[in-house]
Amino acid sequence: MTLDPTTTVDDLLPTAIREDFPYLDQELNGHPLAYLDSAATAQRPIAVLDAERAYLEHSNAAVHRGASTLVGTSTTAFEEARETVARFVGAGPREIVWTANATDAINMVALGMADAAAGLGGPEAGVFRLGADDEIVVTEAEHHADLIPWQRLAAKTGATLRWIPVHDDGTWNIDDAASVIGPRTRFVAFGHVSNVTGFVAPVGDVVELAHRHGALVLLDACQSVPHRPIDFASLGVDFAAFSAHKMLGPTGIGVLYGREHLLDALPPARTGGSTITTVTMESASFLPSPQRFEAGTQPVSQAVALAEAVRYLDTLGMEQVHAQESALAELLVDETARIPGIRLIGPGAGIERAALASVDVPGVHAHDVGQFLDSQGIAVRVGHHCAQPLHRRLGLRATTRASAYVYTTSDEIHRFAAALAEVRGFFGVDA
Amino acid sequence: MSDLSGLYQELILDHSRRRLGDGELAEPHATHHELNPTCGDEITMGIHLDASGTVLEAIGWTGDGCSISMASASALTELATGADLDRVRALVDEFRSMMRSKGAGEANEELLGDAIAFHGVSKYVMRVKCAMLAWVALEACVAAASASNPASATGAITDRGDSSAR
Repeated sequence: MTLDPTTTVDDLLPTAIREDFPYLDQELNGHPLAYLDSAATAQRPIAVLDAERAYLEHSNAAVHRGASTLVGTSTTAFEEARETVARFVGAGPREIVWTANATDAINMVALGMADAAAGLGGPEAGVFRLGADDEIVVTEAEHHADLIPWQRLAAKTGATLRWIPVHDDGTWNIDDAASVIGPRTRFVAFGHVSNVTGFVAPVGDVVELAHRHGALVLLDACQSVPHRPIDFASLGVDFAAFSAHKMLGPTGIGVLYGREHLLDALPPARTGGSTITTVTMESASFLPSPQRFEAGTQPVSQAVALAEAVRYLDTLGMEQVHAQESALAELLVDETARIPGIRLIGPGAGIERAALASVDVPGVHAHDVGQFLDSQGIAVRVGHHCAQPLHRRLGLRATTRASAYVYTTSDEIHRFAAALAEVRGFFGVDA
Repeated sequence: MSDLSGLYQELILDHSRRRLGDGELAEPHATHHELNPTCGDEITMGIHLDASGTVLEAIGWTGDGCSISMASASALTELATGADLDRVRALVDEFRSMMRSKGAGEANEELLGDAIAFHGVSKYVMRVKCAMLAWVALEACVAAASASNPASATGAITDRGDSSAR
């Protein structure tokens, strides 16, 4: 969407949207709350809270178990939620697996691949079997959730873990990727949008490069699915992971996307009830996806609530959400970059970034920055944001991150920047 | 602004800049590295005992962290240097119980002196571990020195533990 230059962020913000989020209408330390931590967890609209409650009040029963009318109702709600989420990300329902969270989704793939390397799964699992000659590729900017599972898989299989290096601003490009991805590469995992820098990865180019070398691709889409229109089929990725609580939905549920034939071939890392066709005392055979992965009782009311969150986002329109957040991102960069003595991490002005900004205030630790903002009613995230290697690469241990979402106003960004400008003075650090 | 000055008392901000004890000891009798994994704050502390092995003659530390954790290490250095090990253990105990107080009650000024400035930190549950970092390191140093030198092991060793949620 191209914006009229006179359009402001708040012109894009639906006027009534704040009323949908009771959480936002509260005080923090005597100030109106400015919630700028949605990249960590988003707040939920009343409709999502109501949907979960309505399901529990009227439709709650075990899903995929038994044959009663009640089970029919709950199972229908559960599977309709899957269809809703699948449509939202350009997938078929069999390509959407419920998990505990996005971290769990990534682990599901890594652990399944370790099982394949250990000999589990049939010949169809061959595509997942790694050995000593193989390489797994990630980036230096990964969230720990998309790094440690691959470290473990490499350790278990003898494969080598390699990483795409990042530049001084935390970004990387397709040439950097091409310097690492090659004929030995069997698997590539990377974040679509960095939770630290807001950098947007060149997904299409990396997918093409990886596939040319016969490697599979997993996309950590935690910071992209909530914020922009996503179609996994057209992105061409083989797997993807995202989390409900970052997209106006509940905690306790995440999503693993996988291309159908790959999910059907991936050994299930967690096994148990509801995943099987036939069980003997010696062995079990498994259902196709998604049931093969959904062992034990599932997060049913959470799935229903996530589907409601998706409907809420659909009503706003993801093109609109993305346009609004692009304007917020621009405002965040403009406002923070002009504060003396503040180092803004990530892509500079004019380069695409998500609506989040991590900053370093030299001489003041991020925890102290965050505490100062907190005292003014501004909620941000401080620390390494589960990306220690990236912070180390940038010469930092911790940063202060402000992140926006559909309900964020320009006033909140201004308040963040104004408070940030006072930090060095408060802590007596010369500018 | 809310009562942020209750957290960042002038004495704490001063200590965070002065960093008493900042620097490695040449030949420490015991050292300990302590890390808060949630925030990455860390400290490496070394202690030096006197010839009798019962008095804490010198403390040296290197660290990286927020103003609360660094100020706490500095205040600790001022308070514990020159104290006998029984007193050091008592200081650690008293500081810990103050940090567990959630801001309630009166801090023990007689024992802790200026370090009672950290009483206000105990109300901020997410910052208690920052204030405790150096004290946990000191406790471990004293325990290690005592284990290798029976003369210094006169007092009971307090419960060891990480600095988180304590």
